[in-house]
Amino acid sequence: MTESIRSLTAEKIEQARAEGRTAFIGYLPAGYPTIDDSIEAAVQLGNNGADIIEIGLPYSDPVMDGEVIQKATAEALQNGFRVADVFHIVKEVTSRTDAAVVIMTYWNLVDRMGVDEFSRRFAEAGGAGLVTPDLVPEEAGEWFEASDKYELDRIFLTAPSSPDERVKLTVDSSRGFVYAVSVMGITGARGEVSNAAERVVRRAHDAGAPRVCVGLGISEPHHVVEIGSYADGAIVGTALVSALRDNGPQAVGEITRNLVTGASKN
Amino acid sequence: MERPAPGSYEHDGDFQQLEGPYFGRYGGQWMPESLMAALQEVEETFRKAIKDPEFIAELNDLNTNYINRPSLLTEAPRFAQDHPGVRIFLKREDLNHTGSHKINNVIGQALLAKRMGKTRLIAETGAGQHGVATATAAALFGLECTVYMGEADTKRQALNVARMEMLGAEVKAVTIGARTLKDAINEALRDWVASVDTTHYLLGTVTGPAPFPEMVRYFHQVIGDEAREQSLEQTGKLPDAVIACVGGGSNAIGLFHGFLDDKNVQLYGMEAGGAGVETGKHAAPIALGRVGVLHGARTYLMQDEDGQTIDSHSISAGLDYPGVGPQHAFLHDTGRAIYQPVSDSEAMDAFKLLTRSEGIMPAIESSHALAGALRLAAKWVADGVVDETTPQDEQKVIIVNLSGRGDKDVSTAATWFGMVPEDHAEAGE
Ligand SMILES: Cc1ncc(COP(=O)(O)O)c(C=O)c1O
Repeated sequence: MTESIRSLTAEKIEQARAEGRTAFIGYLPAGYPTIDDSIEAAVQLGNNGADIIEIGLPYSDPVMDGEVIQKATAEALQNGFRVADVFHIVKEVTSRTDAAVVIMTYWNLVDRMGVDEFSRRFAEAGGAGLVTPDLVPEEAGEWFEASDKYELDRIFLTAPSSPDERVKLTVDSSRGFVYAVSVMGITGARGEVSNAAERVVRRAHDAGAPRVCVGLGISEPHHVVEIGSYADGAIVGTALVSALRDNGPQAVGEITRNLVTGASKN
Repeated sequence: MERPAPGSYEHDGDFQQLEGPYFGRYGGQWMPESLMAALQEVEETFRKAIKDPEFIAELNDLNTNYINRPSLLTEAPRFAQDHPGVRIFLKREDLNHTGSHKINNVIGQALLAKRMGKTRLIAETGAGQHGVATATAAALFGLECTVYMGEADTKRQALNVARMEMLGAEVKAVTIGARTLKDAINEALRDWVASVDTTHYLLGTVTGPAPFPEMVRYFHQVIGDEAREQSLEQTGKLPDAVIACVGGGSNAIGLFHGFLDDKNVQLYGMEAGGAGVETGKHAAPIALGRVGVLHGARTYLMQDEDGQTIDSHSISAGLDYPGVGPQHAFLHDTGRAIYQPVSDSEAMDAFKLLTRSEGIMPAIESSHALAGALRLAAKWVADGVVDETTPQDEQKVIIVNLSGRGDKDVSTAATWFGMVPEDHAEAGE
């Protein structure tokens, strides 16, 4: 990992470690169900124990997302969400919580605005970095440049299927943390954490990653406990989105409090 | 990034030598990390296979004895008769087993799937032709098969849904998004991420991440190679122009490839103009001219200012896709090939004309190419390039890729031409 540039997500994860916790990272879609409610929900998330907030940009063709997130992001788009709205959301959330805020985005949305412009506006809003589910380091030339220029974290994904040389490439290309995909599949709550997850994390650590966080299929406090035994952070998405869908922003705060009980190591 | 001026791209190399992963600035692998290992495996298997005489022999044997290759090159004089001095020939991919060019690629990739030890094929389909071809190969090789199809397309291509199911495939109707081809690709990719150990994603056109654009092209190159030889045999010269419809662009690149370095052969790709490019209801991303990344490749896309994909519209399900293969984007920028939109109504006029004048009912997709041929022929006549007095050896020759037959489109066409009573009309839409 490139460490010479300050990394907001690394600081948050290290702070959690110092406090004897596994970092907790929560995902919510921007603009769902409305822009204001998505801000409220993210603030609830941040003020109830999330170290890092991942704001998902709604996209017309979300190939890595399961039904719950697909439906939520489609609804946000139907309600008129525009990509540039995300900067306002990030600004509000960073000013009203202590969490680091990253954006999860399919690459065409960044490409269309222009990688430099997107990065500049995001950094100005107080953003910490991007999680890029359909961007591999080989295609990320412009993003390397812009993320260095604006001091943003590059959170690439590593998967159970990644061969050793790709794990190394991902680890070397990332800054902040590496996103370990727990299972071969798409987003969505699952009963148990895949038993592939531990190995994905170990391989990324062995390749030199100081921080590896696990996502996909994590929805219960005991999942968070389990992941805390081998990883540096747990990423929850679908469970939060379902709570928001069914019971509104307040419910996101409640479920977050419940989930982070699993993040404490003592 | 907006469209560079046609011809502005510097390219002094040999067009036929183009390999992936990039075609100029297009192509690449904009994919989830989870699929990168699978793409690598496909690519390695492909590169090894095409140097393996055993693989080539097996492919050639299936081409000859299963697909029915070479396909004919048929002259269509009555179709061309309003354009004296122009000869139009049809490359008869409609006569292939299963009724379209799609089978060429499917047989090739199914052989690769077997080499990789995969036991299941998945595919997306729009018109149903690629799904039918994939279901056919699965039956032939004893593989499981799941085909994703937008719900809108399962309705307008109901006959092909029944064909796939009869062949033993499971057809999954996709009910999210616009419910057409792009959404079927999204679902197939979601399946593949979770099933990649046992499953090969048999992508049906020259889009997607590397190595698909190059690999799918490879299996279709036979179209242009045959057409080139047949043209020399039947007319004593190379054609003046070759024309194909462009959805993702597989039948077009298959035909073009053999002629890419014949500088005097013009290459035309006809995009689906739908209700007209100016109406926004079309499937002509090159005409629209906006570059982005979709389904693994950088290419021309139908997208809005934010980069959200715009729903495409075309009377032909097989052309109803908001992107185009990256090599076509490159050929457009270099000026080596010319891309034009053809509207639904021009395509349907050509559909009817070929059916009535030659007794050949084309797929509506292919009818876009036929309309392009009529347009070019009319221009040559109007410009005085040829007329009734032009001696045969100086007449202009056009080869049209008749990529598929029209059986699947009878109900859509009958509705278009008002040949079914009102209360049955929705069956075709
Ligand atoms: C007969 C026929 N022609 C053309 C196409 C368009 O595909 P491509 O542009 O890849 O040739 C299809 C797709 O379904 C088809 O069925």
